[in-house]
Amino acid sequence: MTGKAPIIVIGAGQSGQQICDSLRKGGYEGHLMLLGDEASLPYQRPPLSKKFLTGTLEAERLLLRPASYYEQQKIDVHLNARVDSIDRAACRLRLRSGEALAYSGLALATGTRIRPLTVPGAADANIHYVRSLADGERLAAALKNARRVAVIGGGFIGLEVAAIAREQGREVVLIEAFERLMARAVAPQVSAFYAELHRGHGVEVLLGTGVDAIRTVAGEHTVVTSTGAEYTVDLIVAGIGVVPNSELAEAAGLACRNGIVVDDCARTSDPLIVAAGDCTWHMNGFLQREIRLESVQNAVDQAKSAAASLLGQSSVYCQVPWFWSDQYDIKLQIAGIGMPHDQAVLRGDVSSGAFSVCYFRDGVLVGVDSLNKPAEHMAARKLLAQGTPLSAAQAGDTSVDLMQLARGA
Amino acid sequence: MPKIIYVDINGARRECNVANGVSVMEGAIANGIAGILAICGGSCACSTCHTYIDPEWMDRVGAASDIEDSTLELAYDRKPNSRLSCQIEVTDKLDGLVVHVAQNDG
Ligand SMILES: Cc1cc2nc3c(=O)[nH]c(=O)nc-3n(C[C@H](O)[C@H](O)[C@H](O)COP(=O)(O)OP(=O)(O)OC[C@H]3O[C@@H](n4cnc5c(N)ncnc54)[C@H](O)[C@@H]3O)c2cc1C
Ligand code: FES
Repeated sequence: MTGKAPIIVIGAGQSGQQICDSLRKGGYEGHLMLLGDEASLPYQRPPLSKKFLTGTLEAERLLLRPASYYEQQKIDVHLNARVDSIDRAACRLRLRSGEALAYSGLALATGTRIRPLTVPGAADANIHYVRSLADGERLAAALKNARRVAVIGGGFIGLEVAAIAREQGREVVLIEAFERLMARAVAPQVSAFYAELHRGHGVEVLLGTGVDAIRTVAGEHTVVTSTGAEYTVDLIVAGIGVVPNSELAEAAGLACRNGIVVDDCARTSDPLIVAAGDCTWHMNGFLQREIRLESVQNAVDQAKSAAASLLGQSSVYCQVPWFWSDQYDIKLQIAGIGMPHDQAVLRGDVSSGAFSVCYFRDGVLVGVDSLNKPAEHMAARKLLAQGTPLSAAQAGDTSVDLMQLARGA
Repeated sequence: MPKIIYVDINGARRECNVANGVSVMEGAIANGIAGILAICGGSCACSTCHTYIDPEWMDRVGAASDIEDSTLELAYDRKPNSRLSCQIEVTDKLDGLVVHVAQNDG
Protein backbone atom coordinates (compact mmCIF):
# COMPACT_ATOMS: atom_id res chain seq x y z
CA MET A 1 0.00 0.00 0.00
CA THR A 2 2.72 2.46 -0.92
CA GLY A 3 0.97 3.86 -3.98
CA LYS A 4 0.54 7.57 -4.38
CA ALA A 5 -3.14 7.61 -3.50
CA PRO A 6 -3.85 8.30 0.17
CA ILE A 7 -5.34 6.05 2.77
CA ILE A 8 -8.72 7.60 3.38
CA VAL A 9 -10.70 7.31 6.60
CA ILE A 10 -14.40 8.09 6.29
CA GLY A 11 -15.99 9.36 9.50
CA ALA A 12 -14.22 11.82 11.78
CA GLY A 13 -15.39 10.35 15.07
CA GLN A 14 -13.78 8.41 17.88
CA SER A 15 -12.96 5.44 15.70
CA GLY A 16 -11.81 7.45 12.67
CA GLN A 17 -9.42 9.49 14.81
CA GLN A 18 -8.02 6.32 16.39
CA ILE A 19 -7.51 4.67 13.01
CA CYS A 20 -5.46 7.69 11.88
CA ASP A 21 -3.48 7.68 15.11
CA SER A 22 -2.76 3.96 14.90
CA LEU A 23 -1.76 4.22 11.24
CA ARG A 24 0.85 6.83 12.13
CA LYS A 25 2.04 4.88 15.17
CA GLY A 26 2.18 1.80 12.98
CA GLY A 27 4.62 3.52 10.68
CA TYR A 28 2.43 4.67 7.81
CA GLU A 29 4.08 7.80 6.47
CA GLY A 30 2.06 8.31 3.31
CA HIS A 31 -0.78 10.70 2.63
CA LEU A 32 -3.58 10.21 5.16
CA MET A 33 -7.00 11.80 4.80
CA LEU A 34 -9.77 11.96 7.38
CA LEU A 35 -13.18 12.91 5.97
CA GLY A 36 -16.08 13.80 8.21
CA ASP A 37 -19.48 15.25 7.50
CA GLU A 38 -19.77 17.13 10.78
CA ALA A 39 -18.41 20.63 11.35
CA SER A 40 -16.18 19.69 14.28
CA LEU A 41 -12.90 17.85 14.65
CA PRO A 42 -13.44 14.44 16.30
CA TYR A 43 -14.91 14.81 19.78
CA GLN A 44 -16.15 12.72 22.66
CA ARG A 45 -19.84 11.89 22.56
CA PRO A 46 -20.33 10.44 26.08
CA PRO A 47 -20.44 13.84 27.85
CA LEU A 48 -23.23 15.00 25.51
CA SER A 49 -25.85 13.23 27.60
CA LYS A 50 -23.99 13.92 30.82
CA LYS A 51 -21.97 16.90 32.05
CA PHE A 52 -22.11 18.82 28.78
CA LEU A 53 -25.85 19.38 29.26
CA THR A 54 -25.22 21.36 32.43
CA GLY A 55 -23.51 24.02 30.34
CA THR A 56 -20.34 23.91 32.45
CA LEU A 57 -18.15 22.15 29.89
CA GLU A 58 -17.09 24.10 26.82
CA ALA A 59 -17.35 22.34 23.46
CA GLU A 60 -13.62 22.75 22.98
CA ARG A 61 -12.98 20.44 25.91
CA LEU A 62 -14.78 17.64 24.11
CA LEU A 63 -12.24 17.50 21.29
CA LEU A 64 -10.32 14.24 21.28
CA ARG A 65 -7.25 16.10 20.02
CA PRO A 66 -6.56 19.78 19.33
CA ALA A 67 -6.17 21.06 15.76
CA SER A 68 -2.38 21.14 16.18
CA TYR A 69 -2.32 17.35 16.58
CA TYR A 70 -3.65 16.81 13.06
CA GLU A 71 -1.04 19.18 11.68
CA GLN A 72 1.79 17.47 13.54
CA GLN A 73 0.62 14.03 12.50
CA LYS A 74 0.07 15.22 8.93
CA ILE A 75 -3.52 14.07 8.95
CA ASP A 76 -5.33 15.85 6.17
CA VAL A 77 -8.72 16.50 7.79
CA HIS A 78 -11.70 17.59 5.74
CA LEU A 79 -14.75 18.61 7.75
CA ASN A 80 -18.24 19.15 6.35
CA ALA A 81 -17.19 16.58 3.76
CA ARG A 82 -19.73 13.88 3.15
CA VAL A 83 -18.83 10.83 1.12
CA ASP A 84 -21.69 9.88 -1.17
CA SER A 85 -20.37 6.83 -2.95
CA ILE A 86 -17.48 4.43 -3.27
CA ASP A 87 -16.41 2.91 -6.58
CA ARG A 88 -14.44 -0.12 -5.45
CA ALA A 89 -13.42 -1.20 -8.94
CA ALA A 90 -11.78 2.16 -9.58
CA CYS A 91 -10.63 2.66 -5.92
CA ARG A 92 -12.31 6.05 -5.85
CA LEU A 93 -14.88 7.76 -3.77
CA ARG A 94 -17.08 10.70 -4.44
CA LEU A 95 -17.89 13.53 -2.06
CA ARG A 96 -21.19 15.35 -1.87
CA SER A 97 -19.34 18.37 -3.29
CA GLY A 98 -18.79 16.34 -6.45
CA GLU A 99 -15.07 15.94 -5.86
CA ALA A 100 -13.64 12.47 -6.57
CA LEU A 101 -10.75 11.05 -4.56
CA ALA A 102 -8.62 8.00 -5.25
CA TYR A 103 -7.57 5.80 -2.35
CA SER A 104 -4.97 3.14 -1.80
CA GLY A 105 -6.70 1.94 1.34
CA LEU A 106 -10.04 2.83 2.88
CA ALA A 107 -11.43 2.76 6.40
CA LEU A 108 -15.12 3.12 7.14
CA ALA A 109 -15.81 4.61 10.56
CA THR A 110 -19.23 6.07 9.86
CA GLY A 111 -20.83 5.36 13.24
CA THR A 112 -24.57 5.41 13.73
CA ARG A 113 -27.38 7.91 13.51
CA ILE A 114 -30.40 8.32 15.72
CA ARG A 115 -33.57 6.44 15.09
CA PRO A 116 -36.26 9.09 14.85
CA LEU A 117 -39.59 8.81 16.57
CA THR A 118 -42.26 8.36 13.92
CA VAL A 119 -45.56 8.48 15.82
CA PRO A 120 -48.22 10.85 14.53
CA GLY A 121 -47.30 14.42 15.34
CA ALA A 122 -43.64 13.64 15.97
CA ALA A 123 -42.46 15.68 13.01
CA ASP A 124 -44.03 18.86 14.40
CA ALA A 125 -42.89 18.41 18.00
CA ASN A 126 -39.34 19.75 17.71
CA ILE A 127 -38.06 16.55 19.32
CA HIS A 128 -34.52 16.58 20.63
CA TYR A 129 -32.13 13.67 20.14
CA VAL A 130 -28.58 13.33 21.38
CA ARG A 131 -26.01 12.10 18.93
CA SER A 132 -23.92 15.03 17.77
CA LEU A 133 -22.32 18.04 19.34
CA ALA A 134 -24.88 20.17 17.52
CA ASP A 135 -27.65 18.11 19.17
CA GLY A 136 -26.00 18.53 22.57
CA GLU A 137 -25.69 22.28 22.19
CA ARG A 138 -29.29 22.60 21.11
CA LEU A 139 -30.53 20.46 23.99
CA ALA A 140 -28.38 22.21 26.61
CA ALA A 141 -29.87 25.54 25.53
CA ALA A 142 -33.44 24.21 25.46
CA LEU A 143 -33.12 22.61 28.90
CA LYS A 144 -32.30 25.96 30.44
CA ASN A 145 -35.70 27.34 29.55
CA ALA A 146 -37.76 24.20 29.94
CA ARG A 147 -40.11 23.56 32.83
CA ARG A 148 -41.50 20.15 31.99
CA VAL A 149 -39.59 17.58 30.01
CA ALA A 150 -40.72 14.28 28.54
CA VAL A 151 -37.95 11.76 27.92
CA ILE A 152 -38.99 9.00 25.57
CA GLY A 153 -36.85 5.87 25.93
CA GLY A 154 -35.38 4.42 29.12
CA GLY A 155 -31.99 3.41 27.78
CA PHE A 156 -28.67 4.86 28.88
CA ILE A 157 -28.97 8.12 27.01
CA GLY A 158 -32.59 8.83 27.97
CA LEU A 159 -31.86 8.08 31.61
CA GLU A 160 -28.75 10.24 31.68
CA VAL A 161 -30.68 13.13 30.18
CA ALA A 162 -33.52 12.59 32.68
CA ALA A 163 -31.04 12.71 35.56
CA ILE A 164 -29.47 15.97 34.37
CA ALA A 165 -32.88 17.53 33.75
CA ARG A 166 -33.96 16.63 37.30
CA GLU A 167 -30.74 17.96 38.76
CA GLN A 168 -31.53 21.22 37.02
CA GLY A 169 -34.93 21.26 38.64
CA ARG A 170 -37.06 20.39 35.64
CA GLU A 171 -40.15 18.23 36.01
CA VAL A 172 -39.47 15.00 34.15
CA VAL A 173 -41.64 12.18 32.89
CA LEU A 174 -39.77 9.22 31.44
CA ILE A 175 -41.65 6.89 29.11
CA GLU A 176 -40.28 3.43 28.37
CA ALA A 177 -42.02 0.87 26.17
CA PHE A 178 -40.42 -2.16 27.82
CA GLU A 179 -41.43 -3.32 31.27
CA ARG A 180 -38.06 -2.26 32.63
CA LEU A 181 -35.24 0.23 32.08
CA MET A 182 -32.10 -0.51 30.01
CA ALA A 183 -33.69 -3.87 29.24
CA ARG A 184 -31.31 -4.75 26.45
CA ALA A 185 -28.22 -4.30 28.61
CA VAL A 186 -28.78 -5.14 32.26
CA ALA A 187 -30.52 -7.63 34.55
CA PRO A 188 -33.93 -6.95 36.09
CA GLN A 189 -32.39 -6.19 39.51
CA VAL A 190 -30.38 -3.40 37.98
CA SER A 191 -33.36 -2.06 36.03
CA ALA A 192 -35.44 -2.04 39.19
CA PHE A 193 -32.73 -0.22 41.11
CA TYR A 194 -32.62 2.51 38.47
CA ALA A 195 -36.40 2.87 38.32
CA GLU A 196 -36.38 3.49 42.08
CA LEU A 197 -33.38 5.81 41.80
CA HIS A 198 -35.11 8.01 39.27
CA ARG A 199 -38.41 7.94 41.13
CA GLY A 200 -36.57 8.86 44.31
CA HIS A 201 -35.25 11.91 42.48
CA GLY A 202 -38.76 12.86 41.43
CA VAL A 203 -38.91 11.50 37.88
CA GLU A 204 -42.26 10.04 36.90
CA VAL A 205 -41.15 6.72 35.41
CA LEU A 206 -43.68 4.99 33.16
CA LEU A 207 -42.80 1.42 32.21
CA GLY A 208 -44.45 -0.78 29.61
CA THR A 209 -45.82 2.41 28.12
CA GLY A 210 -45.60 3.44 24.50
CA VAL A 211 -46.15 6.79 22.89
CA ASP A 212 -49.13 6.84 20.52
CA ALA A 213 -49.09 10.44 19.35
CA ILE A 214 -47.88 13.92 20.08
CA ARG A 215 -49.96 17.07 19.68
CA THR A 216 -48.23 20.41 19.44
CA VAL A 217 -50.10 23.62 20.09
CA ALA A 218 -48.38 26.98 20.57
CA GLY A 219 -45.03 25.46 21.54
CA GLU A 220 -46.56 23.06 24.04
CA HIS A 221 -46.42 19.37 23.31
CA THR A 222 -48.91 16.84 24.59
CA VAL A 223 -47.59 13.31 24.62
CA VAL A 224 -50.35 10.74 24.40
CA THR A 225 -49.27 7.39 25.83
CA SER A 226 -50.49 3.90 24.96
CA THR A 227 -52.40 3.84 28.24
CA GLY A 228 -54.33 6.91 27.14
CA ALA A 229 -52.64 9.26 29.58
CA GLU A 230 -51.57 12.71 28.38
CA TYR A 231 -48.52 14.68 29.46
CA THR A 232 -48.12 18.27 28.41
CA VAL A 233 -44.51 19.39 28.33
CA ASP A 234 -42.39 22.10 26.74
CA LEU A 235 -39.52 19.86 25.74
CA ILE A 236 -39.32 16.30 24.38
CA VAL A 237 -36.12 14.30 24.25
CA ALA A 238 -36.11 10.90 22.59
CA GLY A 239 -33.46 8.22 22.97
CA ILE A 240 -34.91 5.19 21.24
CA GLY A 241 -31.82 3.77 19.63
CA VAL A 242 -29.64 4.21 16.61
CA VAL A 243 -29.13 2.75 13.16
CA PRO A 244 -25.69 1.96 11.76
CA ASN A 245 -24.49 4.13 8.88
CA SER A 246 -23.86 1.25 6.53
CA GLU A 247 -25.68 2.41 3.38
CA LEU A 248 -22.48 3.74 1.84
CA ALA A 249 -20.83 0.34 2.22
CA GLU A 250 -23.92 -1.51 1.11
CA ALA A 251 -24.25 0.56 -2.07
CA ALA A 252 -20.62 -0.29 -2.80
CA GLY A 253 -21.49 -3.98 -2.65
CA LEU A 254 -19.98 -4.76 0.76
CA ALA A 255 -21.87 -7.19 2.95
CA CYS A 256 -24.01 -5.49 5.59
CA ARG A 257 -26.11 -7.06 8.32
CA ASN A 258 -27.14 -4.63 11.06
CA GLY A 259 -23.88 -2.90 10.23
CA ILE A 260 -20.90 -3.35 7.94
CA VAL A 261 -19.77 -6.96 8.15
CA VAL A 262 -16.11 -7.36 9.14
CA ASP A 263 -13.97 -10.20 10.42
CA ASP A 264 -12.06 -10.29 13.70
CA CYS A 265 -9.34 -8.11 12.16
CA ALA A 266 -11.86 -5.42 11.10
CA ARG A 267 -11.55 -6.42 7.41
CA THR A 268 -14.44 -6.26 4.98
CA SER A 269 -14.55 -8.67 2.05
CA ASP A 270 -12.59 -6.10 0.01
CA PRO A 271 -8.87 -6.37 0.86
CA LEU A 272 -8.44 -2.60 0.56
CA ILE A 273 -11.31 -1.74 2.91
CA VAL A 274 -11.63 -2.03 6.69
CA ALA A 275 -14.33 -0.77 9.03
CA ALA A 276 -14.46 -0.03 12.76
CA GLY A 277 -16.62 1.35 15.52
CA ASP A 278 -20.38 1.64 15.97
CA CYS A 279 -21.01 0.93 12.27
CA THR A 280 -19.65 -2.63 12.23
CA TRP A 281 -21.31 -5.98 12.58
CA HIS A 282 -18.13 -7.73 13.58
CA MET A 283 -16.68 -11.00 14.65
CA ASN A 284 -15.60 -10.22 18.19
CA GLY A 285 -12.49 -12.15 19.11
CA PHE A 286 -13.17 -11.88 22.80
CA LEU A 287 -16.85 -12.82 22.69
CA GLN A 288 -16.32 -15.37 19.91
CA ARG A 289 -19.50 -14.30 18.19
CA GLU A 290 -20.74 -11.63 15.82
CA ILE A 291 -22.10 -8.49 17.37
CA ARG A 292 -22.49 -4.75 16.94
CA LEU A 293 -21.28 -2.67 19.88
CA GLU A 294 -21.78 1.00 20.60
CA SER A 295 -19.04 2.08 22.95
CA VAL A 296 -15.83 4.02 23.21
CA GLN A 297 -13.96 0.80 23.98
CA ASN A 298 -15.16 -0.82 20.79
CA ALA A 299 -14.53 2.29 18.69
CA VAL A 300 -10.95 2.54 19.91
CA ASP A 301 -9.88 -1.10 20.15
CA GLN A 302 -11.42 -2.14 16.86
CA ALA A 303 -9.83 0.88 15.19
CA LYS A 304 -6.41 -0.43 16.21
CA SER A 305 -7.11 -3.73 14.46
CA ALA A 306 -8.44 -1.89 11.43
CA ALA A 307 -5.28 0.20 11.15
CA ALA A 308 -3.10 -2.90 11.49
CA SER A 309 -5.05 -4.61 8.72
CA LEU A 310 -4.53 -1.62 6.42
CA LEU A 311 -0.81 -1.95 7.08
CA GLY A 312 -0.91 -5.58 6.07
CA GLN A 313 -0.57 -6.94 9.58
CA SER A 314 -3.19 -8.96 11.36
CA SER A 315 -4.12 -7.98 14.85
CA VAL A 316 -7.19 -9.78 16.13
CA TYR A 317 -9.72 -7.59 17.91
CA CYS A 318 -10.02 -9.46 21.18
CA GLN A 319 -10.61 -7.02 24.04
CA VAL A 320 -13.01 -7.18 26.95
CA PRO A 321 -15.92 -4.83 26.26
CA TRP A 322 -16.52 -2.11 28.83
CA PHE A 323 -18.94 0.75 29.18
CA TRP A 324 -20.14 3.25 31.73
CA SER A 325 -23.15 5.41 32.49
CA ASP A 326 -23.44 8.28 34.97
CA GLN A 327 -26.82 9.00 36.54
CA TYR A 328 -27.04 11.24 39.62
CA ASP A 329 -24.29 10.08 41.95
CA ILE A 330 -24.32 6.51 40.70
CA LYS A 331 -21.66 5.33 38.31
CA LEU A 332 -22.67 2.20 36.45
CA GLN A 333 -19.73 0.32 34.97
CA ILE A 334 -20.20 -2.67 32.74
CA ALA A 335 -17.52 -5.25 32.00
CA GLY A 336 -18.04 -7.91 29.34
CA ILE A 337 -21.44 -8.50 27.75
CA GLY A 338 -23.91 -9.93 30.23
CA MET A 339 -26.58 -10.55 27.59
CA PRO A 340 -27.68 -13.23 27.03
CA HIS A 341 -27.10 -15.06 30.29
CA ASP A 342 -28.73 -17.92 32.15
CA GLN A 343 -27.83 -16.81 35.66
CA ALA A 344 -27.48 -13.38 37.27
CA VAL A 345 -25.86 -13.35 40.70
CA LEU A 346 -26.22 -10.37 43.00
CA ARG A 347 -23.08 -9.37 44.83
CA GLY A 348 -23.61 -7.05 47.78
CA ASP A 349 -26.63 -5.17 49.01
CA VAL A 350 -28.87 -3.35 46.53
CA SER A 351 -30.20 -0.99 49.19
CA SER A 352 -26.68 0.31 49.88
CA GLY A 353 -26.55 1.69 46.35
CA ALA A 354 -23.19 0.00 45.79
CA PHE A 355 -23.29 -3.52 44.42
CA SER A 356 -22.52 -5.67 41.41
CA VAL A 357 -24.43 -8.21 39.36
CA CYS A 358 -22.40 -11.03 37.82
CA TYR A 359 -23.75 -12.74 34.72
CA PHE A 360 -23.06 -16.37 33.86
CA ARG A 361 -23.73 -18.42 30.77
CA ASP A 362 -23.23 -22.18 31.01
CA GLY A 363 -21.46 -21.60 34.30
CA VAL A 364 -18.95 -19.19 32.81
CA LEU A 365 -18.71 -15.52 33.83
CA VAL A 366 -19.68 -13.37 30.82
CA GLY A 367 -20.26 -9.94 32.29
CA VAL A 368 -20.45 -7.84 35.43
CA ASP A 369 -22.43 -4.66 36.11
CA SER A 370 -21.02 -2.63 38.98
CA LEU A 371 -22.80 0.30 40.61
CA ASN A 372 -20.46 2.52 42.60
CA LYS A 373 -18.15 -0.48 42.92
CA PRO A 374 -15.20 0.56 40.78
CA ALA A 375 -12.84 -2.00 42.31
CA GLU A 376 -15.22 -4.83 41.39
CA HIS A 377 -15.56 -3.46 37.87
CA MET A 378 -11.83 -3.32 37.34
CA ALA A 379 -11.40 -6.78 38.88
CA ALA A 380 -14.10 -8.08 36.53
CA ARG A 381 -12.29 -6.68 33.52
CA LYS A 382 -9.15 -8.47 34.62
CA LEU A 383 -10.94 -11.74 35.41
CA LEU A 384 -12.67 -11.70 32.03
CA ALA A 385 -9.49 -10.81 30.14
CA GLN A 386 -7.52 -13.56 31.82
CA GLY A 387 -10.32 -16.08 31.74
CA THR A 388 -9.83 -16.64 35.47
CA PRO A 389 -12.57 -19.02 36.59
CA LEU A 390 -15.15 -17.61 38.99
CA SER A 391 -18.02 -19.66 40.32
CA ALA A 392 -21.49 -18.27 40.91
CA ALA A 393 -21.01 -19.01 44.61
CA GLN A 394 -17.81 -16.98 44.73
CA ALA A 395 -19.46 -14.18 42.76
CA GLY A 396 -22.23 -13.83 45.33
CA ASP A 397 -19.89 -14.02 48.32
CA THR A 398 -18.58 -10.55 49.18
CA SER A 399 -15.90 -12.08 51.41
CA VAL A 400 -14.24 -13.31 48.22
CA ASP A 401 -12.00 -10.44 47.07
CA LEU A 402 -12.36 -10.29 43.30
CA MET A 403 -9.27 -8.14 42.85
CA GLN A 404 -7.13 -10.61 44.77
CA LEU A 405 -8.52 -13.38 42.64
CA ALA A 406 -7.74 -11.38 39.51
CA ARG A 407 -4.20 -10.76 40.68
CA GLY A 408 -3.83 -14.47 41.22
CA ALA A 409 -3.08 -13.81 44.89
CA MET B 1 -1.61 30.28 34.51
CA PRO B 2 0.12 27.42 36.35
CA LYS B 3 2.99 25.70 34.60
CA ILE B 4 2.98 21.94 34.37
CA ILE B 5 6.16 20.14 33.41
CA TYR B 6 5.54 17.00 31.42
CA VAL B 7 8.30 14.44 30.94
CA ASP B 8 7.29 12.03 28.19
CA ILE B 9 8.27 8.38 27.79
CA ASN B 10 11.34 9.36 25.81
CA GLY B 11 12.47 11.64 28.62
CA ALA B 12 11.62 14.81 26.71
CA ARG B 13 10.69 17.62 29.10
CA ARG B 14 8.11 20.28 28.21
CA GLU B 15 6.89 23.19 30.26
CA CYS B 16 3.29 23.98 29.47
CA ASN B 17 0.92 26.64 30.69
CA VAL B 18 -2.30 24.94 31.71
CA ALA B 19 -5.43 26.80 32.79
CA ASN B 20 -6.79 26.48 36.29
CA GLY B 21 -9.68 24.07 36.50
CA VAL B 22 -8.75 21.73 33.68
CA SER B 23 -7.08 18.41 34.33
CA VAL B 24 -3.41 17.57 33.98
CA MET B 25 -4.55 15.12 31.26
CA GLU B 26 -6.33 17.87 29.29
CA GLY B 27 -3.22 20.00 29.53
CA ALA B 28 -1.20 17.14 28.08
CA ILE B 29 -3.62 16.56 25.20
CA ALA B 30 -3.82 20.27 24.36
CA ASN B 31 -0.04 20.40 24.25
CA GLY B 32 0.46 17.21 22.29
CA ILE B 33 2.40 15.39 24.99
CA ALA B 34 3.29 11.97 23.57
CA GLY B 35 1.97 8.95 25.41
CA ILE B 36 -1.14 10.40 27.04
CA LEU B 37 -4.01 8.70 25.18
CA ALA B 38 -7.00 9.38 27.45
CA ILE B 39 -9.42 7.33 25.43
CA CYS B 40 -12.29 7.62 27.93
CA GLY B 41 -11.95 11.39 27.90
CA GLY B 42 -11.36 11.73 31.62
CA SER B 43 -14.14 9.46 32.88
CA CYS B 44 -11.70 7.49 35.00
CA ALA B 45 -12.48 4.35 33.03
CA CYS B 46 -9.45 3.55 30.90
CA SER B 47 -6.18 4.34 32.72
CA THR B 48 -4.53 5.47 29.46
CA CYS B 49 -3.69 8.83 31.02
CA HIS B 50 -1.40 7.19 33.60
CA THR B 51 1.43 9.33 34.94
CA TYR B 52 4.01 9.20 37.72
CA ILE B 53 4.08 12.21 39.99
CA ASP B 54 7.50 13.58 40.76
CA PRO B 55 8.19 12.46 44.36
CA GLU B 56 8.64 16.05 45.54
CA TRP B 57 5.09 16.81 44.49
CA MET B 58 3.31 13.82 45.99
CA ASP B 59 2.09 15.68 49.08
CA ARG B 60 0.66 18.61 47.19
CA VAL B 61 -1.05 16.44 44.57
CA GLY B 62 -2.65 14.26 47.20
CA ALA B 63 -4.00 10.74 47.09
CA ALA B 64 -6.16 9.04 44.49
CA SER B 65 -9.87 8.58 45.17
CA ASP B 66 -11.35 5.10 45.47
CA ILE B 67 -12.46 5.01 41.86
CA GLU B 68 -9.12 6.23 40.60
CA ASP B 69 -7.33 3.75 42.81
CA SER B 70 -9.41 0.97 41.21
CA THR B 71 -8.87 2.20 37.68
CA LEU B 72 -5.14 2.32 38.32
CA GLU B 73 -5.32 -1.46 38.67
CA LEU B 74 -5.55 -1.55 34.88
CA ALA B 75 -2.47 0.59 34.42
CA TYR B 76 0.73 -0.97 33.26
CA ASP B 77 3.57 -0.80 35.83
CA ARG B 78 1.73 0.92 38.63
CA LYS B 79 3.99 2.51 41.23
CA PRO B 80 3.38 4.24 44.56
CA ASN B 81 3.47 7.62 42.78
CA SER B 82 1.07 6.55 40.01
CA ARG B 83 -1.83 8.88 39.31
CA LEU B 84 -4.36 9.16 36.51
CA SER B 85 -3.73 12.61 35.11
CA CYS B 86 -7.41 13.11 34.25
CA GLN B 87 -8.18 13.06 37.96
CA ILE B 88 -5.77 15.85 38.91
CA GLU B 89 -7.22 19.33 38.59
CA VAL B 90 -4.76 22.08 37.83
CA THR B 91 -4.67 24.87 40.43
CA ASP B 92 -2.17 27.53 41.40
CA LYS B 93 -1.01 25.20 44.14
CA LEU B 94 0.32 22.87 41.45
CA ASP B 95 2.33 25.55 39.63
CA GLY B 96 5.60 23.85 38.64
CA LEU B 97 4.28 20.28 39.01
CA VAL B 98 6.45 17.66 37.33
CA VAL B 99 4.68 14.57 35.95
CA HIS B 100 6.25 11.68 34.09
CA VAL B 101 4.15 10.00 31.42
CA ALA B 102 3.82 6.24 31.93
CA GLN B 103 3.70 3.55 29.26
CA ASN B 104 0.13 3.84 28.00
CA ASP B 105 0.41 2.22 24.59
CA GLY B 106 -0.11 -1.43 23.95
C1 LIG C 1 -25.08 10.84 23.94
C2 LIG C 1 -24.14 9.67 23.88
C3 LIG C 1 -23.61 9.16 25.07
C4 LIG C 1 -22.72 8.10 25.03
N1 LIG C 1 -22.21 7.62 26.21
C5 LIG C 1 -21.27 6.64 26.19
C6 LIG C 1 -20.64 6.18 27.39
O1 LIG C 1 -20.93 6.65 28.48
N2 LIG C 1 -19.69 5.22 27.28
C7 LIG C 1 -19.33 4.67 26.09
O2 LIG C 1 -18.45 3.80 26.05
N3 LIG C 1 -19.93 5.06 24.94
C8 LIG C 1 -20.89 6.03 24.96
N4 LIG C 1 -21.47 6.45 23.79
C9 LIG C 1 -21.13 5.75 22.54
C10 LIG C 1 -19.87 6.27 21.91
O3 LIG C 1 -19.85 7.67 21.89
C11 LIG C 1 -19.80 5.71 20.49
O4 LIG C 1 -19.72 4.32 20.61
C12 LIG C 1 -18.61 6.23 19.72
O5 LIG C 1 -18.69 7.61 19.53
C13 LIG C 1 -18.53 5.53 18.37
O6 LIG C 1 -17.50 6.06 17.59
P1 LIG C 1 -17.51 5.89 16.01
O7 LIG C 1 -16.29 6.58 15.53
O8 LIG C 1 -17.75 4.48 15.66
O9 LIG C 1 -18.79 6.68 15.53
P2 LIG C 1 -19.10 8.23 15.62
O10 LIG C 1 -18.43 8.83 16.80
O11 LIG C 1 -20.57 8.35 15.48
O12 LIG C 1 -18.41 8.85 14.33
C14 LIG C 1 -18.84 8.60 13.03
C15 LIG C 1 -18.70 9.87 12.23
O13 LIG C 1 -18.83 9.57 10.84
C16 LIG C 1 -19.59 10.58 10.22
N5 LIG C 1 -20.11 10.05 8.93
C17 LIG C 1 -21.06 9.11 8.75
N6 LIG C 1 -21.27 8.87 7.43
C18 LIG C 1 -20.42 9.68 6.77
C19 LIG C 1 -20.16 9.91 5.38
N7 LIG C 1 -20.80 9.23 4.43
N8 LIG C 1 -19.21 10.82 5.04
C20 LIG C 1 -18.54 11.52 5.99
N9 LIG C 1 -18.74 11.34 7.32
C21 LIG C 1 -19.67 10.43 7.69
C22 LIG C 1 -20.63 10.88 11.26
O14 LIG C 1 -21.29 12.10 11.06
C23 LIG C 1 -19.76 10.89 12.52
O15 LIG C 1 -19.19 12.15 12.71
C24 LIG C 1 -22.37 7.52 23.79
C25 LIG C 1 -22.92 8.02 22.60
C26 LIG C 1 -23.79 9.09 22.64
C27 LIG C 1 -24.35 9.63 21.36
S1 FES D 1 -8.62 9.48 30.57
FE1 FES D 1 -9.39 7.52 30.93
S2 FES D 1 -8.83 7.18 32.98
FE2 FES D 1 -8.02 9.15 32.59
